[in-house]
Amino acid sequence: MIRRLIKDFQGDVLAIPGRLIALVFLLILLLIPPITREPYILRTLIFTNIFVIFAVSWDLLSGYTGQINFGHALFFGIAAYTSALLNTHLGWQPWLTIPIGALAGVVAGVVVCLPALRLRGPYLSLVTLAFPLILLGVIFAFSDFTGGELGISGLDRISNSRTVDYYISLLVMVVSVLIMWKLTDARSSLVRTGVIFHAIREDEIAARASGINTVRYKLLAFIVAGFFAGIAGALNAHFMRIAGPSNLDLFLSFQAVIWTVFGGIASIYGPVAGVYILYPVMEFLRIFPEHRILIFAGIVVLILLFMPEGVAVWIRDKLERECPRCKLSNIAFRRTCRACSTSLY
Amino acid sequence: MVEGILVNGLIRGGVYALLAVGFSLIFGVARMINLAHTCFYMLSAYGIYTFADLMGLNPVLAIIISLIATTIIGLLTYKMFIDRIREHHVTVLLITLALAMVFQECMILGFGSHYLGAPSFIPGYAEILGVKVSYQHLLIFGVVLVVLLCVWALLSKTRLGIAIRATAQDPEVAGLMGINVSRILLVTMGIAAALAAVAGIVVAPTLVLEPHMWTHPLIMIMAIVVLGGLGSVKGSFIAAFIIGFVEVLVVFLLPAGAFLKGAIALLVMVIVLLVRPEGLFGIAFEEERL
Repeated sequence: MIRRLIKDFQGDVLAIPGRLIALVFLLILLLIPPITREPYILRTLIFTNIFVIFAVSWDLLSGYTGQINFGHALFFGIAAYTSALLNTHLGWQPWLTIPIGALAGVVAGVVVCLPALRLRGPYLSLVTLAFPLILLGVIFAFSDFTGGELGISGLDRISNSRTVDYYISLLVMVVSVLIMWKLTDARSSLVRTGVIFHAIREDEIAARASGINTVRYKLLAFIVAGFFAGIAGALNAHFMRIAGPSNLDLFLSFQAVIWTVFGGIASIYGPVAGVYILYPVMEFLRIFPEHRILIFAGIVVLILLFMPEGVAVWIRDKLERECPRCKLSNIAFRRTCRACSTSLY
Repeated sequence: MVEGILVNGLIRGGVYALLAVGFSLIFGVARMINLAHTCFYMLSAYGIYTFADLMGLNPVLAIIISLIATTIIGLLTYKMFIDRIREHHVTVLLITLALAMVFQECMILGFGSHYLGAPSFIPGYAEILGVKVSYQHLLIFGVVLVVLLCVWALLSKTRLGIAIRATAQDPEVAGLMGINVSRILLVTMGIAAALAAVAGIVVAPTLVLEPHMWTHPLIMIMAIVVLGGLGSVKGSFIAAFIIGFVEVLVVFLLPAGAFLKGAIALLVMVIVLLVRPEGLFGIAFEEERL
């Protein structure tokens, strides 16, 4: 049993450079608090973890299922406001408000899905764009209840120590990303959703003709994305201790797009890499407050001009080569496939 | 009040129509959602401020310079950034967003983020139906009508217009018929940027100029274009007036209307799309795969 696990580990993780890099990266993340307790670094990484969940949930909905959503901040913001209201008005604890916030994200996902099921392509994108802006208008109009411009502040902390906060965010991030990776894995024999999501994106009519109830799976994609984006939003509200209009902002919706497309769309590691590169860069650029967004946008433009598929996908294509016969990933310098020894050239 | 709503709605709708027609044109021909579209509107408004106010040039000269400069910037951005990655639709979208941010930051660096105002071209006002309408507003409305008529004539009467419409229908077949598709795309981008520039030039004196002024019109014209049916110029024109009037009505009639105007205009769009998913004048291409 143990020997088999080790063998699987060697075959499925060590032999594929992408997964090896992911493993090493995770180990480094686990070791960060013992190395440095600098609150600024930990704080940046906590928010990076939260936005990883957010970006990956956008990738699941828009990259895999092809429902390009321009209003992803809706799920984030609704969850943030729900947990903030429950926490400040009713005094409920974070371990209760965060799941309820995530459920509010699910409800938002279903509500958005109802019109979205009838629309396709750019129509869908622009209608989803409208929802957070409509809600934002309502929030400003009823500012006594929602705090208006200032938002709701003074939420409970999740824990009193920043190290514990860091490990909680890391744990939630890793578990969420693994679940979403499994759900979108087209080669998995356990769940069929991955291959169905791909089919819906590539050709919805053909998917329907093959007997797939596309409505049900699109609804599922919206629910899953809403749930995880909701978790991210509720966590963010509790770590920031404030839920404000910026959680529903157009810019936040677009940031999910920026991170994901920068890393590589329709690949779970793409948004992970995108957030881990761009969010710390954005924080680092606070040294040049005046040129911060300019440099950030410049980096995004230049990199996308040369790697239009995204950074992580570009690196993966340099490191790995797929066997033409058995579709197994191989490290780039091998001349023959490690399983079926077909020539890779 | 009814006259106030009518006059303001017509002017706002007209400006939106100018912006939306350009946006719709470039979407229809190149299948790209250009999020930097309203940046050209911002750039030309700032151009008027720079040339007419800071440098004290003759208004007509200032108008011509900023129109040409904005169009050239539009063509350059297309040639340098968008043309090379046209195949990747989502990447194009993201590049235009990043470019919009670049323009916004350049304006902040160049002019600061405080509010600026450009001088009116022709001061004074006329009274129509008992409402004081400044000549500037009349000028806006006149320019909008003339420019939109020119666009309509260009698209339906000239060889270039036929080439543009052919490319919009099917780029590959248009290429087979001897149309230089990449040049048509470039020309369309130029027309779209010029339309946005005209909108920016005529409204500059009636607005406060600030580096974030591109976001609200961008959202509104995206709603308009979807409402009218993507790629349909006639649809965008009519939807622009619908959304313009809805905004003005909300501001005039509801308490806290200034906060809700965008929300209600977007709500109208969502409701219309629920009833008619392809927009008012769009055609449902069941087999078209965007």
